[in-house]
Amino acid sequence: MFDKFKLRAEAVSAEVHRFSTKDEALMFIIDVLKKERVSDSPRAYAVWADCPFLKSIDRALLVGKVPGLIFDVTRETASESHIGISQMDWAIANTGTLAQDSTPVEQRLVSSLSFIHIALVATDGLLADMPSLLTKINPKESAYIAMITGPSRTADIERVLTIGVHGPQRLIIVFVDELRQH
Amino acid sequence: MNKEFRESISKALHNANLTGALGRFSETYRTSRLKAYEGIDFEVLRTRIAELKSYAASHLNVLSELFAKNAEAKGAKVFRTNSPEKVKEYILQVARENDVKSIVKSKSMASEEIHLNPYLEQHGISVMETDLGEWIIQLAGQTPSHMVMPAIHMTKEEVSDLFSKEINERLSSDIPKLVKVARKEIRSKFLEADMGISGANIAVAETGSMVLVTNEGNARLVTTLPKVHVAIIGIEKLVANFEDIVPILTALPKSATGQLLTSYVSIITGPTPNTDGSMKDLHIILMDNRRTEMANDPKFKQALQCIRCASCLNVCPIYRLVGGHVFGKVYTGGIGTILTAWFDELKKSEDIQGLCIQCGNCKEVCPGKIDIPEMILEIRRRLVVDKGQPLVQKAIFSVVNNRRLFHSMLRTASLTQMPFAKGGFIRHLPMFLSDLTEFRSLPAIADVPFRDKFKEIKQPMLKEKAAFYAGCLIDFAYPETGAAIVRILNKAGIEVVFPDEQTCCGAPARYNGAYEVAAQNAIDNIKALTKDKTNYVVSACPTCTVALKHEFINTFESLGNNDWMDQAHELSARTMDFSTLIKKLVDEGRLTLKERQQLGKFTYHDSCHLKRTLNVHAAPRELMKKAGFELVEMFESDMCCGMGGSYSIKLPEISAPILQRKLKNIKDTSVPVVATDCPGCVMQIRGGFDKDKAVVTVKHTAELLEEQFK
Repeated sequence: MFDKFKLRAEAVSAEVHRFSTKDEALMFIIDVLKKERVSDSPRAYAVWADCPFLKSIDRALLVGKVPGLIFDVTRETASESHIGISQMDWAIANTGTLAQDSTPVEQRLVSSLSFIHIALVATDGLLADMPSLLTKINPKESAYIAMITGPSRTADIERVLTIGVHGPQRLIIVFVDELRQH
Repeated sequence: MNKEFRESISKALHNANLTGALGRFSETYRTSRLKAYEGIDFEVLRTRIAELKSYAASHLNVLSELFAKNAEAKGAKVFRTNSPEKVKEYILQVARENDVKSIVKSKSMASEEIHLNPYLEQHGISVMETDLGEWIIQLAGQTPSHMVMPAIHMTKEEVSDLFSKEINERLSSDIPKLVKVARKEIRSKFLEADMGISGANIAVAETGSMVLVTNEGNARLVTTLPKVHVAIIGIEKLVANFEDIVPILTALPKSATGQLLTSYVSIITGPTPNTDGSMKDLHIILMDNRRTEMANDPKFKQALQCIRCASCLNVCPIYRLVGGHVFGKVYTGGIGTILTAWFDELKKSEDIQGLCIQCGNCKEVCPGKIDIPEMILEIRRRLVVDKGQPLVQKAIFSVVNNRRLFHSMLRTASLTQMPFAKGGFIRHLPMFLSDLTEFRSLPAIADVPFRDKFKEIKQPMLKEKAAFYAGCLIDFAYPETGAAIVRILNKAGIEVVFPDEQTCCGAPARYNGAYEVAAQNAIDNIKALTKDKTNYVVSACPTCTVALKHEFINTFESLGNNDWMDQAHELSARTMDFSTLIKKLVDEGRLTLKERQQLGKFTYHDSCHLKRTLNVHAAPRELMKKAGFELVEMFESDMCCGMGGSYSIKLPEISAPILQRKLKNIKDTSVPVVATDCPGCVMQIRGGFDKDKAVVTVKHTAELLEEQFK
């Protein structure tokens, strides 16, 4: 399922990575933040919304390493961020789609206002298709269910595909085998 | 057709940017749509969608109530109304209560339908469209020309001019840069807006949820950043159950843009937290605006199965020439014509409905399984009932239906045309008729019509009999086609009879909304063709075949006239098109094609009615190949040639460029022969090549096959 997901997601310009441990995934993310010159100044922040991944690591270690990495996600910090990081609940293989209960507003802010969205997802959160997803989510419990398939795009000018309109220009998907969704 | 409308057609046809953009899109769309549907059974999928939407259309009130109950239980405020005015007043009131100064909107056709933006602006509230295409047309002061790609008619240069003016800075026409400008401009408005307005692609009654689909991500921001969210939902968006969203979400992106899924799908059920910790003030407006009335009209209920993918526009040969500003009002293209007739008024659809050539492309791709061409005919019929038949039309039909008079007039014409007819063509007609021969030559009227020629082909007395239905073109212009068919059938051991009382098939009357005339044609033909108990009724004109097989019944149904229904069904059961019957006779070993012949290359043009109403496309190709012809497929072989019966007479300016495309696609194959099963297409394409002075033979399949049987 992972291979199918990767194929589909890359076909819509998402970047797909997979790591076995949380440490490896974390190192990769720090690397991206550094490459993208995240810093403690407006428009260069990275905002990380609360998630199981974050709960399972020592946050204090991170703060010193990357200045400008903010865990307090607000309208202000998110709109001044270059990168947003969140953990998605599910991944749908046959369309390359990520899905999440986005009811907490921070989850929506970090995945819609930044230029880059880094989406963590547990490898065992992979599902075959949308009908399988509907067995896992319930609109009666989740007020805002979000599905994301690739970065923001438009073809509204002369039908030319252009990536990054209102939402992220890059979607970096990070699968972590060690994370558990089930 | 009024003069102003005619001028708008001509303006669109001469806009190279428009026809270029739409033409290129329609060509790539065909492929990307097919690719997106790979591995999916489209018929199964669309049957499911049609069922669930049809169920919803039959239960609009119950589902509206249920939706309202469930959404309100979650904390949303639901407002139900039939009136567009009340929708606007409600939104204004909510805006005033919340001291709203600026609004951001994600795409909502329902809001376009009620002209919401100008209303709010008149009341001092600034409104910004955030979908890129919608923002472009908002800046240009236009309406959307396409339901999914609102600004498809504009060039990057035009967009650059608009943006430059808006931000007071000279911009280049580099598309990624223009998109960045839009992001920056609109982002600041997102952050300061007090209210977000959206539509919804689906509303789920069972849960009170709405589903929003976008690629740009603007709907996520519209529903997240402002503290007040108003969703305007036409009640045709309702479905009963949560699981019903799957087939719609499966088809919508594929049919709309050839995507497997859009970048974003948001499912919102009740208010969600705002960024300041408060809860969203969520208002959902369920707007009727005649949708219930439409659901109660058996002829139009089907239109509520539309999921607004706009694929009917993308495959339409007329839309791709003139665009949505000519072909449509707020809603565009085929389905737009129908929605205009209802949400606006019947009268407003009068001109645009006339643009439909009845080729059936839209019906074939519609994921809601809507018979758009049929509903457009029903609009035509109602317009005729409302306004009466135009006098000229009435006069024409009275001649056409009186075979004796029609014959003698045509025969007289065939004599008086002498000065104009050369080599079997009429290339120029005098005075007011000159338009007809401007882009294609017309066939000369044959010296001897088929009905007389038939008497000279001696018929054997055989047990098995076929009644031949000629139709106007074979009878009066191409009797040689009829003769070829008779000889082939005789070879198979079938005696052919020609019931002399047969008359016009009624298609011209029906396609002009004159159903009473069409019904009389049907009755006359039923009498003539069922008189002898023949085994088959054969026609070599697909339009006539469709009339005999389906439309007589259909016309009677529309008029509620059941007097001849049984006989109409009996005729339908016995009617067969030429190629299907011959293929059957070959398969049964009653006709044998000569072996090892090398007859050269040919290309095949599918006539609209044969391909899409009768579902015949393999039989003629197989027969031709078996005879020894080598098939080279042309691009868009099943795209209309622009003939459309009287369409090419009423709208020659549209018929001509459609024909030009066809001629080019044929020439690109470099083959010398075109086969087609329709005498109307033969007339159009042959006449086009004659004007073009190209040496391409265009013949009815029957004529090409005649000599190839043992």
